[in-house]
Amino acid sequence: MAIDVIAPMPGTIKEIIVKAGDAVKEDEELVILEAMKMENPIVAPSNGTVKEIKVKEGDKVNTSQVLVVLG
Amino acid sequence: MMEAIIAGLGGLVIGFKMLFVNWQSLIMLGVGGVLLWLGIKKDCEPLLLVPIGFGCILVNIPMSDVMLKDGFIRTIYDAGIDTELFPLLIFIGIGAMTDFGPVLAQPYTFLLGAAGQFGIFLTLMLALFLGFPKLDAVSIGIIGACDGPTAIYVTSKYAPHLLGAVAVAAYSYMSLVPVIQPPIMKALTTEKEKKTVMKFTAKPVSKTTKLLFPLVITIVGGCIAPKGLPLLATIMLGNLMKESGVVARLAGAAENEIANVVTLFLGLCIGATMAGPAFIRAETLIILGLGFLAICLDTVCGVLFGKLLYIITGGKINPLIGSAGISAFPMAARVVAKVGMQYNKKNYLLMHAMGANAGGQIGSVIAAAVMLSVLAGMGVIR
Repeated sequence: MAIDVIAPMPGTIKEIIVKAGDAVKEDEELVILEAMKMENPIVAPSNGTVKEIKVKEGDKVNTSQVLVVLG
Repeated sequence: MMEAIIAGLGGLVIGFKMLFVNWQSLIMLGVGGVLLWLGIKKDCEPLLLVPIGFGCILVNIPMSDVMLKDGFIRTIYDAGIDTELFPLLIFIGIGAMTDFGPVLAQPYTFLLGAAGQFGIFLTLMLALFLGFPKLDAVSIGIIGACDGPTAIYVTSKYAPHLLGAVAVAAYSYMSLVPVIQPPIMKALTTEKEKKTVMKFTAKPVSKTTKLLFPLVITIVGGCIAPKGLPLLATIMLGNLMKESGVVARLAGAAENEIANVVTLFLGLCIGATMAGPAFIRAETLIILGLGFLAICLDTVCGVLFGKLLYIITGGKINPLIGSAGISAFPMAARVVAKVGMQYNKKNYLLMHAMGANAGGQIGSVIAAAVMLSVLAGMGVIR
């Protein structure tokens, strides 16, 4: 079942740590989201495999926008 | 002829001799060095500590005339501190830098910004209990605003002899917020409370609201606490300029050029109030201790109020965000976000804490304004 990892707040994608196909564990960092000049690591909500990355570095995102899809 | 030359050469070394006669100045030269070291090597509020440290060294060089009548720092002091102009100019810049969106999007966070100011009043009472005169106690309590310009504004107006100690305490403790707050936050909350997940669902705030906000705060706040109107008005003027979007050059100048120049002058003047004989007193140590206590009490009150909200909302509000209800913006909010993530990596408290932090910024100014107006009402100040 696909799991959407969403932006918890508005901000800018500073860094994408994983790539499609990577196996990730719960709480592993996927993306760094910069908001209010603070780098916020966005982590995997559960174990899984990165199915799709929906953003690229430098993108501005809104709250609840899908960043990564885990399979 | 020879005697005249020897006397002349003697004049060159008299300063070194006096250095060892006036031991307080010698110590303060070391203190100035430590402040420079903290700013340059430890990156601890360098924009302030570098000019403060240098000003401290300048005023403690034997026979230095920088703070005597017509001395170059005295001239700056009279123009900007004595008139209370510098902190107000800094406030315009702070207003131009601050986004009050998070607090407007989550109005309940404003309450946390108010709760975080109780340290001011508790410290004020403690200072009175310890025997400080009323106006000195007010200036010491205001360290709890965790806001340098507010502390300088109040102290320069009502207890200028304490300016050096109060300003150094306010700025030092502000930079130590990431060290001071976490142990208190952790000690006062349970594991379950710390792990409370808060989702950020607030909608973006309309431009009209953001434009009306500084006007409403200025008018309402000014009517309630007219003695604090300059503080409120300058921060809100800066914010109105930022949010209007039509005077970007003025907003930019306020937050960059003006703020930079004033920070340099302000720092030099504060440093120059730290002359050894006036600064090295038991009173200074007590002020530093009370200032530390003020910021601890702010954190305690903020977290306890957060716990109250946790209970009232049936566990929906993480009490950690209460500690951000102080004026150290955005440092206090970042501390909350980091501590929250230590206990639950999937918990993103930043935006909630930013609301409390922005509320704390307004709250500290309002608290100072209210305190001044109450004192004026009591006839303690004019």
